[in-house]
Amino acid sequence: MKTFIDFISLNDPNVLFVVIGMILLGISSATIGTFAFLQKRALTGDAIAHSVLPGVCLSFILFDSRNLWILLGGAFVTGWLSIVCVDVITKRSKLKSDTAIGLVLSVFFGVGILLLTYIQQSGNAAQSGLNNFLFGKAAAMQPDDIKTMGGVSILIIVMVLTFFKEFKVLSFDPAYAQSAGLPVNKLQLLLTTLTVLAVAAGIQAVGVVLMAAMLITPAAAAKYWTNDLRKMILLSVLFAVTGSVIGAYVSYTDNKMPTGPWIVMMISLIAVLSILFAPKKGVVPKYIIRKKYLNKMLRENILKEMYHLEEKNPGKNVFTLSEIVEEREMKNREFKQGFSMLLRNDFVVKHVNGFLLTEAGQAEGKRITRIHRLWEMYLTQQLQIQGDHVHDDAEGIEHIITPEIEQKLIMLLDKPEKDPHEKIIPY
Amino acid sequence: MMTDAFWIMLTGSLVAVTSGLLGCYLILRKMTMVGDAISHAVLPGIAIAFLISGSRNSVPMLIGAAAFGMLCTVLIELFNKKAKLQEDASIGISFTWLFALGVILITYFADKVDLDQDCVLYGDITFINFETWAGVPTAVWLLGSLFVFILGFILIGYKGLYLTTFDPDYAITLGVSVTLWHYLLMGAVSMTTVLSFESVGAILVVAFLIVPGATAYLITHKLKVMLLLAAAIGIIASVGGYYLALLLNASVSGAMVTVLGGLFLIAFCGNLLVSRNKKMLIPEPSAGV
Repeated sequence: MKTFIDFISLNDPNVLFVVIGMILLGISSATIGTFAFLQKRALTGDAIAHSVLPGVCLSFILFDSRNLWILLGGAFVTGWLSIVCVDVITKRSKLKSDTAIGLVLSVFFGVGILLLTYIQQSGNAAQSGLNNFLFGKAAAMQPDDIKTMGGVSILIIVMVLTFFKEFKVLSFDPAYAQSAGLPVNKLQLLLTTLTVLAVAAGIQAVGVVLMAAMLITPAAAAKYWTNDLRKMILLSVLFAVTGSVIGAYVSYTDNKMPTGPWIVMMISLIAVLSILFAPKKGVVPKYIIRKKYLNKMLRENILKEMYHLEEKNPGKNVFTLSEIVEEREMKNREFKQGFSMLLRNDFVVKHVNGFLLTEAGQAEGKRITRIHRLWEMYLTQQLQIQGDHVHDDAEGIEHIITPEIEQKLIMLLDKPEKDPHEKIIPY
Repeated sequence: MMTDAFWIMLTGSLVAVTSGLLGCYLILRKMTMVGDAISHAVLPGIAIAFLISGSRNSVPMLIGAAAFGMLCTVLIELFNKKAKLQEDASIGISFTWLFALGVILITYFADKVDLDQDCVLYGDITFINFETWAGVPTAVWLLGSLFVFILGFILIGYKGLYLTTFDPDYAITLGVSVTLWHYLLMGAVSMTTVLSFESVGAILVVAFLIVPGATAYLITHKLKVMLLLAAAIGIIASVGGYYLALLLNASVSGAMVTVLGGLFLIAFCGNLLVSRNKKMLIPEPSAGV
């Protein structure tokens, strides 16, 4: 509890720097990452992250300086160059974009490692900070780093606000953007440049590999909550910031816990929970909705078949289970499931020699049969479809049609008495 | 007695050839990024194997890595197919998540897991000589058997791999299981990644997987030629990389990848020139019609 209070009060300047820095990083990378996500360029972000390494090393060798701005300049150049390479390779050869990305990513990184080890073995005392670009060192955030990240975040926010409409069209429908006369290439260039900037600024904090997660994972999580781009950006920023703060706290509680990986771990956790449980779009709610619908279909089908049995056997209304199952090919387990639901809801009751429909059950079976036959009428009369082709379609739609549509069908068809197969339509 | 230089080049070549061969299939199946993902995702598996076995023994490491490599492919499939998340994001989320887990495990149990972060990322081929068995470094034994195994897999499974790569629909009509070959290939990639990772590191193994095959693919469109070329390119890069590293006194695997990149660049430029010449020979189709 004490560590928690220490952490939350931000009295420790180190904690303060880490939290502010990670919040800024969360804002910039999640904002720009949302567009990268929508453009299906998630792995491009990964390529940029790996490709900044040779730039950092090169500018260190060339300028012999540890000045953050010089190193970031180098990072920006090679990060940017990597995207150009990916584009050129995909456009000018038969290699597909995934191969081009993987190739550029690994070769740039390999060159980076070559340069990094070259610097390390040349015994230059000032090289100690370069390793941070490899693995990230969020816990060692300095005021200088915060200024850089703040600057990048502000730039990205301003640009996104200014070009929101353009970026939106570009992300959702590039072909339309082109035909609407937008300068697509320039906008794409701007978007890429901003992505490279966000990566270059963030790489020191989380390292080469995990930077891709900072861009993409919050956006992927936000996708499961909304379809609105504005809300999606805000949500992904919220997720990134929440994950960052929790991750920073975990690593604060124990010295041995690395900050960057914990932040990614927390953001990934948010993403996985969103994918599973977000209302409407999550896997579990979707499954439940589907299951509910399937159960409804099952119940309605059984009621319908029992009604058919009553129709076929005038005067008889008690049927054995095997008679009901025979009427319709159904899996035994499914049938039992559906039938027990009907018993529980009092649509069906047990009788000495079998089961019979209650009043409510009969009304329901009648309703489904009516809709089924009305729809067959509609298809044959209004859409001129052959009578032997309409049954399967009606099997599906009978569970969906609402009472209002049913009334309209009756009016439209002038309350027909028989369906195309000469069966009486019950009202 | 062989020299260190020879063993280093041999190790590099074994890694390059083995992964180059598998990489050809990844490229043709448009699955290179899955290979990339697997190479990152094996990290927690290796760390856990370390924790449990308490040694650098290869067998538990192999099992752990293969398990997490598989877990990563399954996760990608689940995100992509069940949760309808686009493929690039499915890959991106899965491997960064597992990689973060791996780094956490390695740093937290640093006193129990004798794994260096640097080593994880770019390996250390120059230290392969520590242990020898019958005069040959254990790494060479290990990678040699891996090479033989993968070569056998490709030779025996040539037809199945060929069919499921180029015409999965036809393969299905013939009763060849596309899923089975998919997972066999992924298993082979996981194995190669983990066995190579000590010498070239988790990320650079990706370069060995992708670049030789991609370079070969620019030169030919015949699978057999592509496989042979990829292997040859891998060997050239290993030898060239060793001398480059010697020259700069820098990471051997980094240098090997740099040479690989250079070879690709040459092939790419050559390819551009050839296609330009072809264009000049064939007149542009006239407009209209």
